[in-house]
Amino acid sequence: MGKVERARAGRGRRGGGRRDRRSRTSRAGPVRASVALVLLAGGLTACGSESGTPSLTWYTNPDNGGQAKLAAACTQAANGKYRIKTSVLPNDATQQREQLVRRLAAKDSGLDLMSLDPVFIAEAANAGFLRPFTSAEEAQFTQGVFPASVENARWEGKLFAAPFWANTQLLWYRKSAAKRAGVDPTAADFTWDKLIDAALRSNTTVAVTGNKYEGYMVWISALMASAGGRIITNPERGSDATVDFDSPAGRATATIISKLARSRAASPTLSTEIEDPARNTFNAARGGFMINWPYIYAADLADAEAGVIDKSIPADIGWARYPQVTAGQPSKPPLGGISLGIGAYGKHENEAVEAARCITSEPNMKAYMLAEGNPAARPAVFDDPEIVKQFPMATLIRDSINAAAPRPITPYYPDVSSGVQSKWHPPASVNPNTTPKETDDFIPKVLRDQRLL
Amino acid sequence: MTVTVDKPLPAGTGRAEITDRAKAERRLGLLLSAPAIVVMLLVTAYPLLNALYLSMFSYRLTAPDDRRFVWFGNYVTALTDGLFWQDVFTTFFVTAVTVGIELVLGFAFAMVMHRAIFMRRTVRTSILIPYGIVTVISAFAWRYAFDLNSGFVNGWLGLGDYAWFTGRWSSLSVIILSEVWKTTPFVSLLLLAGLAQVPRDLGEAATVDGATAWQRLWRVTIPNMKAAILVAVLFRTLDAWRIFDSIFVMTAGQNQTESLSFLTYRQTITRTAIGLGDAVGVLLFLSVVLIAAVFIKGFRVDLAQARGER
Repeated sequence: MGKVERARAGRGRRGGGRRDRRSRTSRAGPVRASVALVLLAGGLTACGSESGTPSLTWYTNPDNGGQAKLAAACTQAANGKYRIKTSVLPNDATQQREQLVRRLAAKDSGLDLMSLDPVFIAEAANAGFLRPFTSAEEAQFTQGVFPASVENARWEGKLFAAPFWANTQLLWYRKSAAKRAGVDPTAADFTWDKLIDAALRSNTTVAVTGNKYEGYMVWISALMASAGGRIITNPERGSDATVDFDSPAGRATATIISKLARSRAASPTLSTEIEDPARNTFNAARGGFMINWPYIYAADLADAEAGVIDKSIPADIGWARYPQVTAGQPSKPPLGGISLGIGAYGKHENEAVEAARCITSEPNMKAYMLAEGNPAARPAVFDDPEIVKQFPMATLIRDSINAAAPRPITPYYPDVSSGVQSKWHPPASVNPNTTPKETDDFIPKVLRDQRLL
Repeated sequence: MTVTVDKPLPAGTGRAEITDRAKAERRLGLLLSAPAIVVMLLVTAYPLLNALYLSMFSYRLTAPDDRRFVWFGNYVTALTDGLFWQDVFTTFFVTAVTVGIELVLGFAFAMVMHRAIFMRRTVRTSILIPYGIVTVISAFAWRYAFDLNSGFVNGWLGLGDYAWFTGRWSSLSVIILSEVWKTTPFVSLLLLAGLAQVPRDLGEAATVDGATAWQRLWRVTIPNMKAAILVAVLFRTLDAWRIFDSIFVMTAGQNQTESLSFLTYRQTITRTAIGLGDAVGVLLFLSVVLIAAVFIKGFRVDLAQARGER
């Protein structure tokens, strides 16, 4: 999830960044000298290995350096077979896609590996931008990997990307607020209705990402899936696909969004909130409940330590599975994460496959999860004692990803998503009687170039 | 070419009296400007024609196999779509309001710069500072100033948790404010050049005739600056009509704050709907041509004069 990265980058600047800077200034001299040495050495090896070692370029979404570290580790493990250089993409998922699409449409041969938001895999695969994995290669990338992540990486039966990390959203709550409202968010039948009523009773807010961006689509599609519906029922028909919001599930989704957005339980900035501002709302005086990715826990811990937020907040934070739409019908939390795609025009595809194999190995996924807080794509990692220690909610994250539903898998995903956003934003404008119907009329026309978007 | 020079020019043609020297000079002029014209054709005419061609297709970069020729279908789609006209209105609104405010403010600043007696350089420099700031950066500065979490504006105005970027008109007013702040110096600079061209004696003569300061401004100064004012308005209108950065940074086009350029960007770059996007782009280009034509033909803006060539 690109947006998560933006949020994470923001946190890095505020929380962890300070520590780095201090150490950098105190050891400026030696650091500078060693940087010079490394550059010199790098230059020498570059000259020496021009003909021998193939150099792979991995376009990564921004993080706090975790992917660059994996690149270095895999370069070392490759023992001269290949080298991986990383190049960082823009902050938000939409812009990451924009840059990748531009490069791939121009048949960029310098694009070997890319960190792809799973929602864009179908589009890139359909356009011929990605090199599919052969059936012999597939096993390594699909066995012991969350099924939803694998499903999301397939297009027309072939695997086009290797799940690298997976993500999902949880319901975060302040134990004090839940107590005041007299609810138990971990109860087996905790629904959105109960959630909003609890927030109203305790005069607190339910923070969600309601800005007009992909994060809002994450919310809408998770509600839709939890209500038992599917946004697109026939994605294989490409631009002739139809949309199915005008259904009991679609109307239930609209009812929840409009109920929350028009109540006092909504943050005043609901319609512009992305991940980190939602976290601010949750940490503010009226904060009570929040739907967000797991990164926020580590972020709050760091902020409390740095004195950015009240020190008592982390101990007050509880977590529960994504709320249900219908009581008793298990929710389907959203699925996020990053998968590795291999550029169709790269010159070193075999080396790229090997590099992907190294990056997505279980130990490296674990290392990445520990370093960056992004959940691994292999459920086995969640039983690791180190992981359990650092992520007290590891089991819940694993179970949520296991139950998660991907957003619509279609080559026209960006249009479907922006189409939904344009009809459903701002959240307070959603009307269960008209919005679903309008969306169903609108999106097919957009796909056929009969409407602007 | 000596051959043609020796031949007598047929009588009755309009420019019969042209001398050999003038002819040679004209030819030299054409030759000297030819490289520039070739470059211009390459960088403007080619993309334009290519856009025209592509705008006739229903074509998505990510679905190359589904490319279909649809004649002017994309133009029909764009021109019959409510979103297009909403964006035209937004662009028009932002342009009209910003140019209006900037003209008045810019004139005031130009007067200050023109009349400043002490600290002339400091005054001029400080008025020009906003213009030296990159639009994206100024847009971020304004966005953070009005932001609910990091902003100070609500604190100053006692607005509590009023969220500026959640409504259309409140977002547009912040966008307009930042545009005005950023580009008023440009207008005042053009107007200052105009002010400097107004002969001093005219004002003095009017004073002798008993004209008040107000009368001198309206009857002497402004009429003599007409060319400079129109050039300032033309440049700023064309500039404002293409507004993109501030909207991109502050609202990303949500809450109906999208401009025509932003619409083009989203269709072409974000959606990679090349055909539809190019159709909107061509329409945007035509609207710019229309504005320029109205100014140059309608108001008889003399660009050469404003640049001091005549």
